[in-house]
Amino acid sequence: MIAEAGHYALVLALALALIQSVVPPIGARLHDAALMNVARSTALAQLLFVGASFVALVTLHVTSDFSVANVYENSHSMKPLIYKITGVWGNHEGSMLLWVSILALFGGLVAAFGNNLPLSLRAHVLAVQAWIASAFYLFILMTSNPFLRIVNPPIEGRDLNPVLQDIGLAVHPPMLYLGYVGFSISFSFAIAALIEGRIDAAWARWVRPWTLVAWIFLTLGIAMGSYWAYYELGWGGWWFWDPVENASLMPWLAGTALLHSALVMEKRNALKVWTILLSILTFSLSLLGTFLVRSGVITSVHAFANDPTRGVFILLILCLFIGGSLSLFAGRATSLKQGGLFAPISREGALVLNNLLLTVACAVVLFGTLYPLAMEVLADFKMSVGAPFYNLSFVPLFVLLLLAVPFGPLLAWKRGDLLGVTQRLLTAGVAGLVVVAIVWAWTRGGSALAPLAIGLGVFVIGGALTDLSERTGLFRLPFATTLHRARGLPRSAWGSVFAHAGLGVALIGIVCETTWNSEYIATMRPNDVAQVAGYELKLDGLLERQGPNYREMIAQFNVSRDGSALSVMTPSKRSFTTRGSSTTEAALLTRGASQLYISLGDVTADGAIAVRIYHKPLVLLIWWGPVLMALGGMLSLSDRRLRVGAPKPARAKQRLQPAE
Amino acid sequence: MTRKQRRMTIIGGSLAVLALAAALVLNALRDSIVFFSTPTMVAEKHVQPGKRFRLGGLVQPGSLQRGDNLAVTFEVADGGAKLPVAFKGILPDLFREGQGIVAEGALDANGVFKADTVLAKHDETYMPKDVADALKKQGHWKDDYGAKASDGVKPAATTAQGNSQGAVR
Repeated sequence: MIAEAGHYALVLALALALIQSVVPPIGARLHDAALMNVARSTALAQLLFVGASFVALVTLHVTSDFSVANVYENSHSMKPLIYKITGVWGNHEGSMLLWVSILALFGGLVAAFGNNLPLSLRAHVLAVQAWIASAFYLFILMTSNPFLRIVNPPIEGRDLNPVLQDIGLAVHPPMLYLGYVGFSISFSFAIAALIEGRIDAAWARWVRPWTLVAWIFLTLGIAMGSYWAYYELGWGGWWFWDPVENASLMPWLAGTALLHSALVMEKRNALKVWTILLSILTFSLSLLGTFLVRSGVITSVHAFANDPTRGVFILLILCLFIGGSLSLFAGRATSLKQGGLFAPISREGALVLNNLLLTVACAVVLFGTLYPLAMEVLADFKMSVGAPFYNLSFVPLFVLLLLAVPFGPLLAWKRGDLLGVTQRLLTAGVAGLVVVAIVWAWTRGGSALAPLAIGLGVFVIGGALTDLSERTGLFRLPFATTLHRARGLPRSAWGSVFAHAGLGVALIGIVCETTWNSEYIATMRPNDVAQVAGYELKLDGLLERQGPNYREMIAQFNVSRDGSALSVMTPSKRSFTTRGSSTTEAALLTRGASQLYISLGDVTADGAIAVRIYHKPLVLLIWWGPVLMALGGMLSLSDRRLRVGAPKPARAKQRLQPAE
Repeated sequence: MTRKQRRMTIIGGSLAVLALAAALVLNALRDSIVFFSTPTMVAEKHVQPGKRFRLGGLVQPGSLQRGDNLAVTFEVADGGAKLPVAFKGILPDLFREGQGIVAEGALDANGVFKADTVLAKHDETYMPKDVADALKKQGHWKDDYGAKASDGVKPAATTAQGNSQGAVR
């Protein structure tokens, strides 16, 4: 019954989305308020029905109803409750249902809190949302129905892929989808603006909070996914330049550019056409990401799905939306009025440079992701593009961007003084150079570029702090005045300080981890001692244990440094009987921002075990950086300015957060 | 500055960044792309020792030998030819004889493929897409390799990275 009810609710949601697609634009054309208001009710009702459908699927998974194919294939009655719930989106059908649920959530939020939007704008925005929603409801119902029954229900399920039985699955996909799908709002606003042929600074004020929300979730989602890969896959890698990771990185790069260009549009009423284009591109890249992940066109760590009909369907959706929106853009963009003027050396100019570098870096990633696919289809040979490619192409562009980051916030609007800004950044620059000298003198081995890169990270952080001290008058004015000014500083200023500093922090982490990572691989017997980076790790012994749906072998290590015992680490290897596969559970010991990492290999015939131990210096900075960035985003989101003139959207996104 | 000059500055800057990116990409493409081969293709093309490529195929049953200190050798076959592979490190969780793998590395002077990465990407019914396509093309495809994921089995993947320099880096 529940499965049928869930299916039925999804069909009703499709019907509502179709109404929402057609009626409000007609109302806008006829200037009929009643017809335009249909959008609001249908969007809310749609959210209700998709929500019901999603709850139905969760219920089926929790109650282990193996008469439903999706539950049979991805669940097991002995699986812990948390993984029964997260297993809902640990498979193709369920994750698509999560995708549309989040889409409906964003649509519902616009409907519920968009009361002060111009009526026709809201009608158009919600109609565009409904177009996207209809396409994906059709996709689910026609190719990926999660509610299909099995004629002869089996007694036991096939269990979830063991790699996915981890708390990371509970957090990573929903976060990522909130980011991906959140960009649909700026897309819908852009399309609505093009349809109406009118766009102004108020429009940017409307779009920015939504973009910021999506960006925050995407930032956290990517960071979370990276950390998950780091501890779950068992060899300590945190970024693989895998096409699926690129699929999430590309919307992030474009979305970051969008945040900055929307700022110019909001403050200076310039870059309108570009902002619209970026809104379209960002969501197009999200759709492309969905296509890459969900169609299985790429050989990849994450691509589960492997059914060509789905690929073709998503490809059609992709072409329809990207082609349609870009055609609309080409036809209408010239009718949008140009905004304010600015000199090349100015805050606007710096933000243009930021946009340029981010979009070009994004294009490089896009090229690296699609080039192997294109060569395979066109030239019929296989190749792969990995880290070396991106190190030579993406990294130099990003270094340029990081060099420019400290200058941007210090330049004045309209016409800036580059020489003056350089003088003010002198302290940060000197700090960076001093750090380069210290690191260079202190460390032996490793790349000669590493100290320079760390110096760059310090410069970026120093630049962010310079911005703060300039604004508060630190060291120039009495301390009390500084404090007073700091309190009066807009939250968005604090936001940009945190976000930019986060970039520097992440950079330092990345450089330290890749340069001074020490690794120890060997077979060990009980009471053997491994020496890694000054730590002694003694293998006490191996023991077996029975988990809920697996057996695991645990190795116990005593960790000490200079003779004093620190901790016990227990990496394990789990074998899942239902799937006949095993996973490695790495053990982590955090010391400050550095980590010791142990993962296990096979047991040899004579009772020894293959062990891999890493010491990863300052590795946690890699993820603290994005967390700082997201924190900056949240501060910026809580800015009073974003509520002026448009108080409701600010409230909308504040309510959004506790929901996650 | 006039409006026109400002616009030209921005357009000029954009073109400069684009040209820089294009140069970087072309340079990176020359040095760092890695091609995919099967043992048959390696035998036909006489790949130079030291040239990095990805080798895909099935682990020949009975060929796996473990040496001292995590050294492993095995043979990769695609039905037409076999190629000996040497690897040092921990093999991925899903590595098994008779299963499909993809290894990255280069041939040494003796014609042994020195792998520094081994990727096993399959479960009971799935094998790496590269491998499956190559086998299909050569006509060595057997149905028991290829039961599709449509029966709901999702491939898992794990990667092992060893290093050829020694146990401690």
